[in-house]
Amino acid sequence: MLRIIRKFVIENYLFGEEGKLGDEDSFMETGIIDSTGILELVRFLESTYGIKVGDEELIPDNLDSVNKIVSFIHTKQLVSIHADGGTSLQSAGKPRL
Amino acid sequence: MTTQRAGLSDLLRLDPAAETERIKAWIRETVFHQLRRRGAVIGVSGGIDSSVVALLCAQALGTDHILLLFMPEADSSLDSLRLGRVIADTLNAKSVMEDISPILRGARCYERRDDSIRLVVPEYGHGYRSKIVLPGLLDASHYAIFSIVVQSPDGQMKKVRLTPEAYLGIVAATNFKQRARKMMEYYHADLLQYAVAGTPNLLEYDQGFFVKNGDGAADFKPIAHLYKSQVYQLAAYLGVPEEILRRPPTTDTYTLEQSQEEFYFTLPYEQMDACLYGKDHGMSATDLADACGMTKNLVERAYQMIEAKRKVAKYLHAQSMTIA
Repeated sequence: MLRIIRKFVIENYLFGEEGKLGDEDSFMETGIIDSTGILELVRFLESTYGIKVGDEELIPDNLDSVNKIVSFIHTKQLVSIHADGGTSLQSAGKPRL
Repeated sequence: MTTQRAGLSDLLRLDPAAETERIKAWIRETVFHQLRRRGAVIGVSGGIDSSVVALLCAQALGTDHILLLFMPEADSSLDSLRLGRVIADTLNAKSVMEDISPILRGARCYERRDDSIRLVVPEYGHGYRSKIVLPGLLDASHYAIFSIVVQSPDGQMKKVRLTPEAYLGIVAATNFKQRARKMMEYYHADLLQYAVAGTPNLLEYDQGFFVKNGDGAADFKPIAHLYKSQVYQLAAYLGVPEEILRRPPTTDTYTLEQSQEEFYFTLPYEQMDACLYGKDHGMSATDLADACGMTKNLVERAYQMIEAKRKVAKYLHAQSMTIA
């Protein structure tokens, strides 16, 4: 997942220049992604990982770095698995990519 | 705290008589000598900024050397035209009304905009009205993501988050309006050998609240160094009619009434002025918060937003790039 998200950010916002992006780098502080970019990022995450990102989830804590996005998607997927039919969080195993 | 508040408003207070004389001298020198044009064309919207620029140009160049243009289109508020005429009458200046709706229809501005809105509101059609909005900066630490507010013909309101395609499509289409107006201003400027006056204040100029090659284009911008609250001080001194002074700043671009605050700045202009001043004068968020009665958290977010908008504005301000 981390590799896929890094690739998306690098290709779309850094014009393919991979060396400029650390996984902890804040998109806001480095100015990598503006508000239109966030809209594109959210659509990518929704279509790639089959999740729905609510308005209340559009916060830097969830989306402001590669690592934060990975963590956010993991949490969304775990919640989704849990809600979908009784699979416990312990037995959910590694979240799907 | 009272003393500090007074201190901040003092910093934004100017001597309107002295500032008026300084700007008038600059306009005369710029238009007549540097640009070597015979006068100025000013597009007037019935708002505070264009009214102040019109009055300054009239005093600087003489009423016989200015032309005021009213450029309404299908979505314009009737107040814009009426208040623009008030300024022309006050000055007894030449004025021309140019309805830009046919140009916009020719460019399919409205059709393209509505097609983009239908990407997120499929039922949008005849009789609907809309505007795009940002969350206020007070809305916790959410990203400034645009939504569209739609009103159906029966008055039902609906707010929907925009997709990238819808947002860019709506903005690209509505930008025809500012560009069509600028084209018309230059038509009249060419006809009369006049220069085109730009009307941004410092907030708009610094933060990129303009359309590149639209309202951002001009031969001279005589109030681009003034905070919005300073423009109000000048307006009161120059005798801008009370109704214009009281009119809330509006974009007059969308079919639903839209404030500049909800479209771009996310804070009232008084607070934006304070934050821009504080940031540019090295004031810490704590000091500014104390001085202007905002919370430290809000000032910090405003500082971040100012920096983010400046990054976007860099492209808007950039001239055509050439190889040295």
